Amino acid sequence: MNTLLSVEDLTVEFKVSNGKFKAPDGVSFKILENECVGMVGESGSGKSVTALAIMGLVPKPQGKIVKGRIIFEGKDLLKFNNHPRGTKISMVFQNPLNSLNPNMKIGKQLSEVLEQHYGMSYKEAIGKVTAMMKQLGIPEPEEMIERYPFEYSGGMRQRAMIAMAMLCHPKLLIADEPTTALDVTIQAQIIQLFKKLKLESKTSIFFISHDLSVVSQIADRVIVMYAGKICEISKTEEIFEKPLHPYTAGLISSIPDMKERKTKLRSIEGSVPSLIDPPAGCRFHPRCSQKMPLCMEKEPDDFSVNDRIVKCWLYKGVYQ
Amino acid sequence: MAKYILKRFVQVIPTLFFVILTVFLIMKLIPGDPAMVLLGPQARAEDIVRFRQQLGLDKPILVQFVIYLKRVLTGDLGRSLIYRQDVLTLILERLPTTVTLSLSALFIALVIGIPLGIVAAMKHNSFVDLLVTILALIGISIPIFWFGMILIIVFSLKLGWLPAVGLGDISKGLWDVVSHFILPSLALGILSTGTIARFTRSSMLEVLNQDYIRTAYAKGLKKTLILYRHALKNALIPVITVIGLQLGNLLAGAVLTETVFALPGLGKLMVDGIFRRDYMLVQGEVLFTAIVYIFVNLMVDIIYAFINPKIRQLYRSV
Ligand SMILES: Nc1ncnc2c1ncn2[C@@H]1O[C@H](COP(=O)(O)OP(=O)(O)OP(=O)(O)O)[C@@H](O)[C@H]1O
Ligand SMILES: [Mg+2]
Repeated sequence: MNTLLSVEDLTVEFKVSNGKFKAPDGVSFKILENECVGMVGESGSGKSVTALAIMGLVPKPQGKIVKGRIIFEGKDLLKFNNHPRGTKISMVFQNPLNSLNPNMKIGKQLSEVLEQHYGMSYKEAIGKVTAMMKQLGIPEPEEMIERYPFEYSGGMRQRAMIAMAMLCHPKLLIADEPTTALDVTIQAQIIQLFKKLKLESKTSIFFISHDLSVVSQIADRVIVMYAGKICEISKTEEIFEKPLHPYTAGLISSIPDMKERKTKLRSIEGSVPSLIDPPAGCRFHPRCSQKMPLCMEKEPDDFSVNDRIVKCWLYKGVYQ
Repeated sequence: MAKYILKRFVQVIPTLFFVILTVFLIMKLIPGDPAMVLLGPQARAEDIVRFRQQLGLDKPILVQFVIYLKRVLTGDLGRSLIYRQDVLTLILERLPTTVTLSLSALFIALVIGIPLGIVAAMKHNSFVDLLVTILALIGISIPIFWFGMILIIVFSLKLGWLPAVGLGDISKGLWDVVSHFILPSLALGILSTGTIARFTRSSMLEVLNQDYIRTAYAKGLKKTLILYRHALKNALIPVITVIGLQLGNLLAGAVLTETVFALPGLGKLMVDGIFRRDYMLVQGEVLFTAIVYIFVNLMVDIIYAFINPKIRQLYRSV
């Protein structure tokens, strides 16, 4: 399959009152056509900033892309001044209530996308809007377009957000923690919806979550982030079967598993390091149970193991 | 919506009652016997007693209040002792001058204050932002009478562009009237301009940081559309409340402005009334101004409700 998006050595630097730091820091990955790629990692690891960088919306003036390329359909988005956001690349955010304009009807908020990009009138656009809303499981869309965000339930708001993102049939849909703000049953419905999108549309999905169990339900491949760096990229089945990076292994063993009735839930010892003054060598070494002297000195390279990528000295010289 | 408006009107009734009570009590507490003041120090004791009876000042305070309340409710604000005219008639005569002055001051404040606030917010932390912030601060802290004098000195006395005092004469054409209002409106408007600029700036900054603005960018909307349709519209909603409050400040500021520019408006009437101990006139005017203030705020509330979909939807079905 063809590569749709290729992120190469992406580095975003933030200047804050007590110093500066990089998150993401030299991140590279690819998203293929029709593929769903998940990204997991603890809070502050740089997932959202990676997504915003692809959108060309890194928060200014604190953040700045200092290195890297983002190649989409063969063009470097960082050099291209006609960013395809809203058309070929669209994004869904974590909190649908805050992400919608509180004083504008949902119908208008959706139709303005078509008005902007296809020069349609409201009348022309709204037909497509209701069709898309219906397709994404919003009942009675003809009536719902006249409503304001606060009149929607949390799940319906997120459906409306997704409908908005899908209106122009994007090549890439970025979903940044789209289920995190929702309660569990609604969360399951939205995940179902993403699965449906994945099957029925030609859109690639970049799905971000701090919850590996959510990502595993829809992603073909998973990227694991830790403190601004990627530690592992693997196919979803493989990562559960045999996690390579000790951090990934820690994440998996801390997922509660109902079927196996694990009595002990393990969590990873320690806490995320400060990005302003990160540990030398591998950033995970202070929390790693398998650390070696080398890990404290030198940052690991990206090692390929089969089709997988892992940033860990344990895999030096392992070519299976 | 009709139900909402009705509800707000009903809520105003107790407020009105307390305003009337307060105005009544304040005038009671002010030292100086109006009968004595009016009749002069040489007046005979029995004349003073008779006059006090005429004014009802000899009755118990509660009875005085009931009489007062009844009169006010029938639109009778009493007679001015110095002008020997109905207070309400006097007020209505002077009202157009003050309304014109206040509204043109407000107009200046909006036309200058809102754009300044927007520009400052959009160029946050820049030189322009700093400049607007400083100008707004000056506008807020400058005394009206001092600024008014400066305006007169510069634009009337030195440059001779605009008249300094008095009302214009409509028979000399519209410009004569307008030109007489320019300096007073500027003097009065500067305070509100500063307040509105500051408030617009902070409201706009807050909105620009909202998630839905990021969504609007993610949708690929044009920047001007985002700023106007998503940012400005939301940022101006709270500004409306501030505008309502400004009308109160403007009425208060009109007292000073009309004095400096010798405009025969409500403010001037009030000052004359106070200096000459015109008991009925001051009482009537204070009450009138308070009522105007209440109704202006009622209007602002209703306008606010109209643009706030939450309240609108709440009352949509009824
Ligand atoms: N506007 C900003 N100003 C300053 N720092 C920022 C800004 N946005 C993000 N950061 C910082 O960049 C780092 C990465 O943030 P990011 O939002 O990408 O984390 P995340 O992985 O998405 O975490 P979460 O699970 O909390 O969403 C964090 O340390 C965060 O504090
Ligand atoms: Mg995030």
